[in-house]
Amino acid sequence: MNKLELQQHANQLRKHIVTSLHAAKCGHPGGSLSVADIMTYLYFEEMNVDPKDPKKADRDRLVLSKGHVAPALYAALAMKGYFPKEELLKLRKTGAMLQGHPDMKGTPGVDMSAGSLGQGISVAVGMALSAKLSNEDYRVYTILGDGEIQEGQVWEAAMFAGHRKLDNLVVIVDNNNLQIDGSIDEVCSPYPIGDKFKAFNFNVIEIDGHDFDAIEAAFKAAKETKGMPTAIVAKTTKGKGVSFMENQASWHGAAPNDEQYATAMADLEKVGEALCQK
Amino acid sequence: MSEVKKIATRDSYGNALVELGKEFDNVVVLDADLAAATKTGTFKKEFPERHIDCGIAECNMMGIAAGLATTGKVPFASSFAMFAAGRAFEQVRNAIGYPKLNVKIGATHAGISVGEDGATHQCNEDIALMRTIPNMVIINPSDDVEAKAAVKAAYEHYGPVYLRFGRLAAPVINDTPDYKFEIGKGVTVRDGKDITIVATGLEVGFAVEAAEMLAKDGIDARVVNIHTIKPIDEDIIVKAAQETKKIFTVEEHSIIGGLGSAVCDVLCEKCPAPVYKIGVRDTFGESGPAVELLHKYELDAEGIYKQVKENM
Repeated sequence: MNKLELQQHANQLRKHIVTSLHAAKCGHPGGSLSVADIMTYLYFEEMNVDPKDPKKADRDRLVLSKGHVAPALYAALAMKGYFPKEELLKLRKTGAMLQGHPDMKGTPGVDMSAGSLGQGISVAVGMALSAKLSNEDYRVYTILGDGEIQEGQVWEAAMFAGHRKLDNLVVIVDNNNLQIDGSIDEVCSPYPIGDKFKAFNFNVIEIDGHDFDAIEAAFKAAKETKGMPTAIVAKTTKGKGVSFMENQASWHGAAPNDEQYATAMADLEKVGEALCQK
Repeated sequence: MSEVKKIATRDSYGNALVELGKEFDNVVVLDADLAAATKTGTFKKEFPERHIDCGIAECNMMGIAAGLATTGKVPFASSFAMFAAGRAFEQVRNAIGYPKLNVKIGATHAGISVGEDGATHQCNEDIALMRTIPNMVIINPSDDVEAKAAVKAAYEHYGPVYLRFGRLAAPVINDTPDYKFEIGKGVTVRDGKDITIVATGLEVGFAVEAAEMLAKDGIDARVVNIHTIKPIDEDIIVKAAQETKKIFTVEEHSIIGGLGSAVCDVLCEKCPAPVYKIGVRDTFGESGPAVELLHKYELDAEGIYKQVKENM
């Protein structure tokens, strides 16, 4: 997929995020929108996956450690064809397939149930270790929030991954700089993030998480890196693409009302139209 | 009494893992810097590439076990009960229980028989914690024979299993030719018509001894071994309530939330009957030799005998 196509897919993915959250009347738009470009790249370019065979043994795996941004994952899976897009409108409803946080038992394409922060990275490490133990060459990706890395378990997992030289593991930190109580450096700063992963023997790549050239280069470099896991620290904008949500901590966990939804969709339409002109 | 063979169930765990490892390539053993104490060191010696030392990081170990399980490995995550069920409770709940992953948790050093290390390491709460997790099977074997059978059965069962082992050498009581282990199936170790002592783990051997002491006083006590606390054998408990006058539960665990509570949960719904719970009475343990502590907390044969007599 070329850069323009990726941008168009990401824009479509954002529309699905906003639409599903509007329908759900609750959920987490800020982080879902900040991670949308990376999610798009993973599912439409990077990962070896097959919607017709969601559990194929040699597939690449994604553990969404920051599980509250499930709407971004669900949008990607629906767009890939893992399940009908209509499911997105039932997000978070009683009896629905799409739970508030990812549920591997109920949702095709979800490789791990996640959402309790700090835990997904350990599971991703276990998957990567498993590939090493049985000489398989699938790769494992995990997406963490920058607030999430305040959890101590993240660093237990990082220490283990570095120690075991798990070069089939890519940890992505969605560095949108905001958590529920404010900016991460005000609440309890995890900075410098890259240096911390370096200290745990990671290959660290810092990028603009909305620039597909940078995203592509980072994942390519990760693949070429042998003998150590890679951490991609992606600078992103919380709420990216929706004018009134951008850089607002208050949009961490609130759904748009009808009026806000119309504005959000108009914002994204505009982006889409601009991309068509290219 | 004649000389009885004694072995700690943690040793049985280590030995059973080696047997399992020989038979099945997908068995992987994880530890958190306690391989010498949990006895997974024997597995490490035999299969170094399949023994994963996670360092002192039990929460991460449970997550790694979950990840391994998603790819078809059968991990046995090992630590002391305090850390496996206590520290890592939420990881066990969310990363193993909720997705119903095929992870086995080998928890050694359960109960006050940990001994000299004292209260911080004596876990009397693990059964209570694990019981609340949907999908979790809990097995607390009574001796070497049962522990080894339990490890095999845990492997054969698909889904999370919590295996509880002890540090103290326990007498071998199940080495009979017709011994059969089945998850969820209690065992009547001794028949009796007056009262029933329902025991689990290390306490089964003591319960049998106590029943013999009671017999001398003319009390005919049935002894039921509940090795699987979840799913519990409801039939054997209801039958005991119907056929004998009172149930005494015995466990090396808090009387809150453990075997006693599980038995009461069954009886209050199916067959209301008087129950007296023998166990750690809502208190922390302390340092001391295991045998002395079991005596002090009235969890040896004499203590069970005394409490039964006082609460008939």
